[in-house]
Amino acid sequence: MPLPKLFNSYPKIKEIHISDRLFFHILQILALLVLAAFAALVLLIFLESIPALKKFGVSFFFNPEWDSWKEDFGALAMVWGTFISSILALLIAVPISIGVALFLNELAPVWLAKPLNFCLEMLAAIPSIVYGLWGLFVLAPIIRSPIQEFLGKYFSFLPFFKGPQYGIGMMSAAVVLAIMIIPTISSICKEVFRSIPSSHKEAVLGIGATKWEMLKTAVLTGGRAGIIGACIMGLGRALGETMAVTMVIGNKPSLSLSLFEPAQTMASILANQYAEADSALHLSSLTAVALALFIISLIVNSSSFILVWNTQKKFSRG
Amino acid sequence: MNYLSPTPRDFYRKYFSHFMMGILALLSCIALVPFIAISFFIIQKGWDGLSLGFFTEIPAPPAEGGGGMGNALLGSAVIVGMASLLGIPWGMGAGIFMSEYPGQKLGRILRFTIDLLTTVPSIVVGIFIYHLVVIHYGFSAFAGALALCVIMLPIVAKSTEEILRLVPQHIREAGLALGLPRWRVIINILIPGTYSMLITGVILAIARIAGETAPLLFTSLGNQFYAQNLSEPTSTLPVQIYEFAKSGFKELESLAWSGALVLIVFVFLVNLTVRSILFLYKRRMEK
Amino acid sequence: MKTDTVLLQIKNLKAYFSSTLVLKDISLDVSTNKVVALIGPSGCGKSTFIRCLNRMHEETPEAHVQGEVILNKQNIYAPSADPVLIRRKVGMVFQKPNPFPGMSIFDNVALGLRLLGIRKRSVLEEKVHSSLVQAALWNEVKNILKRPGTSLSGGQQQRLCIARTLATTPSVILMDEPTSALDPVSTMRIEELIRHLVQTVTVVIVTHNMQQASRISDNTAFLLNGELVEYEKTSRLFTNPSDPRTEQYITGRFG
Repeated sequence: MPLPKLFNSYPKIKEIHISDRLFFHILQILALLVLAAFAALVLLIFLESIPALKKFGVSFFFNPEWDSWKEDFGALAMVWGTFISSILALLIAVPISIGVALFLNELAPVWLAKPLNFCLEMLAAIPSIVYGLWGLFVLAPIIRSPIQEFLGKYFSFLPFFKGPQYGIGMMSAAVVLAIMIIPTISSICKEVFRSIPSSHKEAVLGIGATKWEMLKTAVLTGGRAGIIGACIMGLGRALGETMAVTMVIGNKPSLSLSLFEPAQTMASILANQYAEADSALHLSSLTAVALALFIISLIVNSSSFILVWNTQKKFSRG
Repeated sequence: MNYLSPTPRDFYRKYFSHFMMGILALLSCIALVPFIAISFFIIQKGWDGLSLGFFTEIPAPPAEGGGGMGNALLGSAVIVGMASLLGIPWGMGAGIFMSEYPGQKLGRILRFTIDLLTTVPSIVVGIFIYHLVVIHYGFSAFAGALALCVIMLPIVAKSTEEILRLVPQHIREAGLALGLPRWRVIINILIPGTYSMLITGVILAIARIAGETAPLLFTSLGNQFYAQNLSEPTSTLPVQIYEFAKSGFKELESLAWSGALVLIVFVFLVNLTVRSILFLYKRRMEK
Repeated sequence: MKTDTVLLQIKNLKAYFSSTLVLKDISLDVSTNKVVALIGPSGCGKSTFIRCLNRMHEETPEAHVQGEVILNKQNIYAPSADPVLIRRKVGMVFQKPNPFPGMSIFDNVALGLRLLGIRKRSVLEEKVHSSLVQAALWNEVKNILKRPGTSLSGGQQQRLCIARTLATTPSVILMDEPTSALDPVSTMRIEELIRHLVQTVTVVIVTHNMQQASRISDNTAFLLNGELVEYEKTSRLFTNPSDPRTEQYITGRFG
């Protein structure tokens, strides 16, 4: 009887050793290359921003000027624009995302939840350039008229609604960003809500709570840390978002309170000026902005990981 | 005594609950509006520009009208292809390392690095490649591919790791018990067993980088014509959509809409493919 | 048994998960201030049955119920009946102790009262006190009311869940294997508590432990594959069952 093929081709002990070691070393090299790539990324960006940081020092981040003629560069307007646009986007997106997540998890029948879920996933998959195109040619005109016209007419006593109505500007950027982060936030919220054991929900129902009281106590309060984590993850995505914002924000560094005004974010100034920087200092200042953006998104994203992860662990332990 | 008679407060609670459920449904409808609006406008504005010429011709001067985005489509295909050739084996290797050699200290550092890499804004990756490659060799398809590769890498690595981790430990032990070396267990048992899942992870990563614009802006730049070789500036679909959208010419804007339609249809088809693969996989598992 | 007042009357109850029938036409009466135990092999529908008694079954997706459950002359499945009001009168204690996460011991008990609109601190304190006393937990927690409910031991958590249920003064308490996650000493304390509680409320308890059923219940129902096989006085069911299947089960032939 012939031996099974496997047995015939059985390598000698020494060969196993070598082939296994070789395979391990190949993987090890690939892994080390990942570390090297990341290290190179951090290092290069840091090194290239040194000239600007040396010239301007810490005041780089508190200087609202960005003038390539006078070679006077400061990132304050961009930091301002980034945070304001992202926080406005969160204000719009968070209630909607939590509402969608609750609706999908707790209310919607399967025949409705499935297509709705599909739409959200597609919304997450749409490239940001497409959002930008749509934002520029469809959304911004709508924002200008009727929305800004209306706000300018009746609420111009507020500093937020002053100035000329271009459509393109902070408000459009915030709305586009909000649309883009709704799928992110709602999908994480859904995961968090799903990890809440049904016994927690039934315990609240069991003492005679209405459905809303149950959602508020068991789901929203119980999953609070996870919801905050989801929001921070949305914030992380909004901070680093480039194309869609670049196309609708107007690209003019400004510290204005008005939502009608054009503005500039850290990512959008990079997209606009990097390929055609006039001088070494200009390029270095832009790289310093990139460094700041990198560090901010690192901090924001890692804190969200920790929050979401902790919530899910809490419930999976029972 | 009537147990079930509601007090006014109970009425209030009940209707407030109904009201809040209504609000939740309303919020869901609001979330749906952008999807419908985006799909509608992309199809409406992009449909007319689609013809055979769109896929083969280069953009015509704005005054003439017509023309296509053939160069951009080819450029995207080449750059995404190169990025995938590099990024898929690299990412999968890293993913296998993380899941199959769990005791390694390097594995833990790698996982941490990969997590950090996913948080890097894609425009920052573009800047990295700009200083690494473009400064020395100029704008090229190769530089663009490298940038996309760095973006793809953590996505592929993470999905590979997660999928391989789903394989129960006893399968590996069964393979080792046959006297197979560890790498044979990985190549001949684990990977074939999770093949369709691994493919979906890779496909989604490809779809993701195919739509990336920011990292290509100052790596592959753009080109009005078909690029002649890989070391030339090369146009890609997303970058060209961006250029045309801000050009101010109606003809080019219309090309941009058609380009967006092509992009979105591509993403949609990829997602459908992934879903059907997963659906078939699930059904096979259940049988 | 006939002289007792009937509190809960279950008539032709059928429960479904999507299209699967899991409870097949069950009818039985529960008398006031009695403990009724439900026994049967796992998967026989015991839990589903008690979840039908406070309309919790319908909270599971694709689950529905047919038939009538009459609580004090009112059908809780009548179209006009509000599950929220029913659950206030028919409390529930779950298999695993599940204090509300992130809430103190006091808040756990007070939540039901707060939902009822009771805001006055003195009233809340009085009610929380009496509920915890009733649940035989007061002496152990009177100095740590501010601590999270989840910091208690398993047995204490389960008594906290009973106190939480008692706070809204239900007339029936449903218990779904309340001691299955507890150690023997905690189990004994809960059993004592149940015997004590039955002076004021009616208890329907699911248990997989036949000794427990015989120790604490007045009447016992035996369910098998979603059918009610036998419903008798506990002493009689365990000593002289009328159905051969009951006898097989209690003598350990299956299940």
